[in-house]
Amino acid sequence: MLAFNFFGTTEGGLFDINATLPLMAIQVVALTYILNSLFFKPVGNVVEKREKFVSNNIIEAKNKLSEVKKLEADLLNQLQSARSEAQRIVSEAENESDKLYKEALELANNEANASKEKVRLEIESQTSAARDQLSKQADDLSELIVNRLILKK
Amino acid sequence: MFFNSLLTNFAALEVGQHLYWQIGNIRLHGQVFLTSWILLGALLVFISLGTKKMENDPKGLQNLLEFLWDYIRDLARTQIGEKVYRDWMPFIGTLFLFVFVSNWGGALIPWRLIKLPSGELGAPTADINTTIALALLVSLSYFYAGLSNKGWRYFEYYVHPTPIMLPFKILEDFTKPLSLSFRLFGNILADELVVGVLVFLVPLILPIPVMFLGLFTSAIQALIFATLAAYYIGEAVEEHH
Repeated sequence: MLAFNFFGTTEGGLFDINATLPLMAIQVVALTYILNSLFFKPVGNVVEKREKFVSNNIIEAKNKLSEVKKLEADLLNQLQSARSEAQRIVSEAENESDKLYKEALELANNEANASKEKVRLEIESQTSAARDQLSKQADDLSELIVNRLILKK
Repeated sequence: MFFNSLLTNFAALEVGQHLYWQIGNIRLHGQVFLTSWILLGALLVFISLGTKKMENDPKGLQNLLEFLWDYIRDLARTQIGEKVYRDWMPFIGTLFLFVFVSNWGGALIPWRLIKLPSGELGAPTADINTTIALALLVSLSYFYAGLSNKGWRYFEYYVHPTPIMLPFKILEDFTKPLSLSFRLFGNILADELVVGVLVFLVPLILPIPVMFLGLFTSAIQALIFATLAAYYIGEAVEEHH
């Protein structure tokens, strides 16, 4: 009897298929179009616009970050080259001063040697002059002695 | 004795009774349309309110709608694939929303308080006409999706790994709408019946967990229906090489 009520009657029943079916299908298709223009399109636009915005920002930030890294590396390079340049200049100056010092030293040495030599030569000539004079005086003296001795006799 | 009274109570549930509308020669199940109009009207009002003032920083209802949109997009994208999911997202989403709203509306709103001359209001998806209509729409959609995307090469799908599959694949075209419609119909009707019978037998407390279970089943059925529809469409547009 239950089964009869469920399925059997011509009027009603669980599996009573009629024009409700196609009309419901039409209704669902209409609902699809309505929801598409009312819900899916507008919300999709907003969400996708935001997603694009976010991804664009991420890309931009990444680009900026890489640029910053490049600049940083550039600066480091410049710093390093400046440092090595400074070192080069310092060592060059050191070399220069060393050279100048050596030159000056040599010059002074030479001068000293030259004046020493000059003095030595002068001393030598004076010595020889004195010796000449001495020997002349000795000659004179000996001559005088000889003369006196001869006269006494 | 008890069984007999149960049967009478069952009969009092008015299973299989309909409110008939006669328009010319055709007959309609009026209660299905009444509930579906109320529920879809509520859905449309809800959506119009949520999309009225769309902002880049979502607030309130817009947040919820965007979450829903995202959920449906993920569902369509994973089943249909990156290439054509956009075309089918509104259809899949409408199926999901329609089934979900119908199921939950049928379970949450105390329709029984509204007396009809014949039959009673309830979930539109508890009527076989609705579920068959939805299932046939899904069948049409996947045929259309396959044919419009691949032309006549769509029918390669029927002999895809080997021609031995041909009869099974043809059979599948019939079993797909059948299983879709009967799964939904059976689940929702069974839920309504179980809750109805329990309310008749033990009006207090005991039906509540079953009602929660019913809400759970309703949501799951909506998800299953939409996922399967998307899967069938995805299967039809898939390129196998």
